Amino acid sequence: MKYLALYNYWIVVIIMMAGFYIMIARHNLVKKIIGLGLFQTGIFYFYVSLGKVDGGTAPIFVESLEAQATVYSNPLPHVLILTAIVVGVATMAMGLALIVRIYEKYDSIEEDEIKAIERQHWQENNGEFGISLTAPPTASS
Amino acid sequence: MLSAHLPAFIIVLPLMAGPLCVISRHSFISWLIALLINIVVVFMSVAIFFQVSDEGVIRYALGGWAAPTGIEYYIDTLNATLLVLITIISLCTLVYSLPAVDREVAKHRHYLFYTGWMLCLTGLLGIVITGDAFNVFVFLEISSLSMYMLIALGSERRQALMASFRYLMMGSIGASFILIGIGFLYAATGTLNMIGLAESIPNVSDSRTVLVAFSFITLGLLIKAAVFPVYSWLPNAYQYAPTAVTAFLAGTVTKVSLYIFLRFFFQMFGSDYSFGKLLLGEVLLPLSVIGFFVMSLVAVFQTDIRRILAYSSIAQVGYIMAAMSMATHEGVAAAVVHIINHAFVKAALFVAVGCILYRLGNAQVTSMGNLIRLMPWTTSAFIVAGLSLIGVPLTAGFVSKWNLVNAAIDIGWWSIVAMVLISSLLAIVYIGKVIEAFYFQSASEEVSNGNRAIKDPPLMMLIPLWTLIIISVYIGINGSVVVDIANVAAQQLLNGFGVSLETVNTVVTGSSK
Repeated sequence: MKYLALYNYWIVVIIMMAGFYIMIARHNLVKKIIGLGLFQTGIFYFYVSLGKVDGGTAPIFVESLEAQATVYSNPLPHVLILTAIVVGVATMAMGLALIVRIYEKYDSIEEDEIKAIERQHWQENNGEFGISLTAPPTASS
Repeated sequence: MLSAHLPAFIIVLPLMAGPLCVISRHSFISWLIALLINIVVVFMSVAIFFQVSDEGVIRYALGGWAAPTGIEYYIDTLNATLLVLITIISLCTLVYSLPAVDREVAKHRHYLFYTGWMLCLTGLLGIVITGDAFNVFVFLEISSLSMYMLIALGSERRQALMASFRYLMMGSIGASFILIGIGFLYAATGTLNMIGLAESIPNVSDSRTVLVAFSFITLGLLIKAAVFPVYSWLPNAYQYAPTAVTAFLAGTVTKVSLYIFLRFFFQMFGSDYSFGKLLLGEVLLPLSVIGFFVMSLVAVFQTDIRRILAYSSIAQVGYIMAAMSMATHEGVAAAVVHIINHAFVKAALFVAVGCILYRLGNAQVTSMGNLIRLMPWTTSAFIVAGLSLIGVPLTAGFVSKWNLVNAAIDIGWWSIVAMVLISSLLAIVYIGKVIEAFYFQSASEEVSNGNRAIKDPPLMMLIPLWTLIIISVYIGINGSVVVDIANVAAQQLLNGFGVSLETVNTVVTGSSK
C-alpha cells in the first residue's frame, strides 16, 4: 500500500519509460518524435503532481477569513512546467519540420532505409571498402 | 546607471536582434544587424569582466525581484571569462560567415540563419550568466533548438538533416534528464536558486531524491557535452553543418555544457558531495580516459578533415573531464584553462577548414595536395592551430596540457600522465596527416586541372581566422593570462558561493530608475 499511495509517480515512470522505449526501438522518425512527446509529457506530469498539495486549492489570495484557512497548492512547479511545455512544443515542431525536409530529400522516413541509402551513396563514392577503416559516416550512432 | 544593468542587456540585445533579423528578410541587412549587436555584446561582456575583476561577484536581480523570489544572475570570474570567450568566438565566426554562408546556405534562408545565430548566442550567454537552475534549462533549450536549425540549414547536403535530427533526439533526451533532475532538486530543497540549492543540499544530502537528481543531471550533461559513450550526435553534426556553424558550435556549445558541469558539481552540489561521497570522479575518469584515447585513435583513420577535428573535439572534452575528475584545485584550474584554450583553437581550425572548403569544394585529406603554395595564409593558420591541438610549446595547447599533466602529477596519477602523452602522439598523427598532405602530396586532379582558382579566401574570412590564431598564440606565449583567471575561478568554484541567499543588500536591484 505504501507504494500504491504514490501512484502518480508510477504513472510518471510508466509514461516516461514508454516514450523512451519508443524513441530507442522504433525506426520510423515520426514514431520517434511521438516517443519524445510521451517522454516529455511524463516529465510534465511529474512537475504538476509535485506542486499538488492534498486538499489544496488554486493559489489565489483572497482577503477573507475563510479563504485564509485554506491550504494552497504550490504554484511554482506549475508555472515552471508551462515554460517546459512551450519548449517541448518547439522541440516537436522543429523535429516534425526536419522530418518533412528529410522526406523531401530521401523519400523515406524510415531510419534503416535512410541509412541504407546513405551507405550505398558512400560506397559509390569510396569503393567497396573505401579508404576509411571506420563505418560509413551515417551508419554510426 | 546603465552599467549596473549590463547583465540584463547582454541577454536582451541578442534576443531582440533575432526578430529584427526576421523582419528585415534580407541577407545582408540581417547579417549587419547580427554583427552590430554582436560587437556591442562583446564590449558589454568585456565591461562585465572588468567589473567583476574590480568589484568581485555581481549578483543581479532580474526585474528588481531579489533572489529567493525572482531569478538572479550570478557572475563571478569563471562566467565573466566565458561571456567574453563566447562573444568573441561568435563575433569572429559571424564575420567569417558572410562569404561562407553565401556559398553554403540557400539565399532565401540567410536571414533565418542569422536569426538562429542570434538566438543561439542568447541561449549560450544565458546559460553562462544565470544563477538559477531552471533558467539554465530554459536557455539550454533556446541554444539547442536554434542550433538544430542552424545545422539543418547546411541542407545543400541532405545528411545535414539527419545529423540535425539525431542531435535533436539526443539533445532533447539530455535536456529532459536535466529537467527531471532539477525537478527532484526542487522537490528536495524548495528552491531553484543555485546559491539556495548550495545551502540546502548539505541538509538533505542523505535523501534518495537528491541522489536521483544528481544522477539525472549528470547523465543529461554528459550527453550535452558529448562525453565518450554518449557522443554519437557530434561527428555528423560537425561534418554536415555549415562551416561557420561548426566553428561556432565547436568553440562554444560543448564548452558551455562543461561550464554547467563545473558550476553544478563543484559549487552547487559541492565537491565534497559529488566527488567525495558519490565518487563522481571514479565514474568520469575511466570514461574520459577511454574517450580521449579511443577518439584520438578514431580521428587518425578519418579521411574528411572536419571529421578528424570532430573526433578530436570529443577527445579534448575527455581531457577536460579527466582534469575535472581530479577534483583538486589544480585539476579544476586545468579544466578551465583547457576549456578556454580549446574553444579558440577548435574554432580557428574549423574556420580554416571552412576557408579550404570555400575554395576547394571538399575537405578530403586526399585533395589537400600542394595547398601550402596555393593557400599559404589559410594552411599556415591551420598548421599553427593544429600544433596547438597537439600541444607544442609556445601554443595554447601546450599551456593546457602542461597544467593538466602537472595537476595529474601532483596527485600521483602517473598512468593518466602517460595516457595523455600517448594520445598527444596520436594527435601528431592525425594533424600530421593533414599537414603532410599540404606540403608533400601532389596536387589533386581538380586542383591541377585549374578548374577552380585555388587561392587564399577573401580577407573577410582570413581576418577572423587570424584573429583567433593570434589570440591562441598569445595565450601560448603568455600563458599566465589564462592560468591566473583559471586559478581564481577554481578557487571560487571549490570554495562554494561564499554568500548566502538572503544577502539582499549586495544585490543590484533592477528597479532603480
